[in-house]
Amino acid sequence: MATPAAPAGGARNGAGSEWGGFEENIQGGGSAVIDMENMDDTSGSSFEDMGELHQRLREEEVDVDAAAAEEEDGEFLGMKGFKGQLSRQVADQMWQAGKRQASRAFSLYANIDILRPYFDVEPAQVRSRLLESMIPIKMVNFPQKIAGELYGPLMLVFTLVAILLHGMKTSDTIIREGTLMGTAIGTCFGYWLGVSSFIYFLAYLCNAQITMLQMLALLGYGLFGHCIVLFITYNIHLHALFYLFWLLVGGLSTLRMVAVLVSRTVGPTQRLLLCGTLATLHMLFLLYLHFAYHKVVEGILDTLEGPNIPPMQRVPRDIPAALPAARLPAIVLNATAKAVVVTLQSH
Amino acid sequence: MAEAAESPGDPGTATPRPLMRDLKAVGKKFMHVLYPRKSNTLLRDWDLWGPLILCVTLALMLQRGSVDSEKDGGPQFAEVFVIVWFGAVTITLNSKLLGGNISFFQSLCVLGYCILPLTVAMLVCRLVLLAELGPINFMVRLFVVIVMFAWSIVASTAFLADSQPPNRKALAVYPVFLFYFVISWMILTFTPQ
Repeated sequence: MATPAAPAGGARNGAGSEWGGFEENIQGGGSAVIDMENMDDTSGSSFEDMGELHQRLREEEVDVDAAAAEEEDGEFLGMKGFKGQLSRQVADQMWQAGKRQASRAFSLYANIDILRPYFDVEPAQVRSRLLESMIPIKMVNFPQKIAGELYGPLMLVFTLVAILLHGMKTSDTIIREGTLMGTAIGTCFGYWLGVSSFIYFLAYLCNAQITMLQMLALLGYGLFGHCIVLFITYNIHLHALFYLFWLLVGGLSTLRMVAVLVSRTVGPTQRLLLCGTLATLHMLFLLYLHFAYHKVVEGILDTLEGPNIPPMQRVPRDIPAALPAARLPAIVLNATAKAVVVTLQSH
Repeated sequence: MAEAAESPGDPGTATPRPLMRDLKAVGKKFMHVLYPRKSNTLLRDWDLWGPLILCVTLALMLQRGSVDSEKDGGPQFAEVFVIVWFGAVTITLNSKLLGGNISFFQSLCVLGYCILPLTVAMLVCRLVLLAELGPINFMVRLFVVIVMFAWSIVASTAFLADSQPPNRKALAVYPVFLFYFVISWMILTFTPQ
């Protein structure tokens, strides 16, 4: 009784595998089509589809093998073994279903390969994109291309963190580096992720053609201007110089982002809303980093050891005493440069 | 050393033997970091004991705060620890995403071991700070930290660069530069109470 079932099962299995193979071919062709379609969009969803398809194909192979193994077990035990085998099969199937779902979720979201295409860049490309982020392009009738990569923006955010830390006054105050570190990382990453999400939401409301990845990349590269301005003005505390750089460098990078967004939005009101918000936030962030961030830091320092530095007079403090004969006009140097000058002067 | 560990041996010396072997391995890797040549020792037999020792030493030395002040040294230890390990994890993920064929723990091992020059710099700065504070003091510390910072970067590049595609080495080395820069900044700005 088991034996007539076996060839039928075998035939069914064979036919199933044949049909399964045919389905695999169709799915393989389908995945190629999906892949090509989404490549231009660089939305990234194609890679999740690929991951899921791959997982499903693998699981089907495993299922076919498991079914073949169980068929062999069943015909060996005969009729009595068949009933016990049924309950075992049900339990096995439930376990398999649960395991399949868990492993699919894990392989989908914990798979580092999802992010791999966003890091596929060459140094020359990164360099050219950094320079292009300062050059606004006036083509607004056709959507401008945005490079969908995450390496450059991520490195720029980390560089901004490093520059913020470097700009802290380090001369004679006790500093808790940990808290400052947390504040710097929180500020930079919060700005990059938060403002990108907010502008993406506004873009969704204004029907702008931009994806989240592109927004992250655009804003990330826009931080290059901020890095330059802060690096220069943290070492030379000349207010007029800062305002000049703020307008020039900050303005150029903002104009570049605004031009890209205008080229991807239709309608004057929508363009105004989107670009006005982005320009305001970007320029104000640079102002905040130069002025108010130091107040936040000095607030932290003050709460730790008591107010010993009046915040507003931080900049011109004890400069005449340190440089009596140099006759430098209102240029204020930070602690490192001051130490160098004093050392040189004492010789 | 290997054959001594595998023999049944005396019960009295069986326990310390693997410890000595591990300590010797860690010491050998320290030497490789101090005199960096292109070699596979750090990558082949990776271990995380050395990075742990170095990180704990650095975090302990970067603590300050006396017993009678309201700021205790606890959060500083944790912050240094977190910064070092999460920085190393971020750099490892970055180099893997860039297409490097190095395993996760190998990269953590290399980055952790290459903190050794900066730990030495911390020791030297601590000693220099026993003298009176002033611009010369600061210049000496700045010089020491810069030299050790460059040493760390050269050491880690010697080990990590071969695992990257040849045209992307700069992309993988730049976050290492930022990581050691932040640690050097923490060392340089340390002033005792």
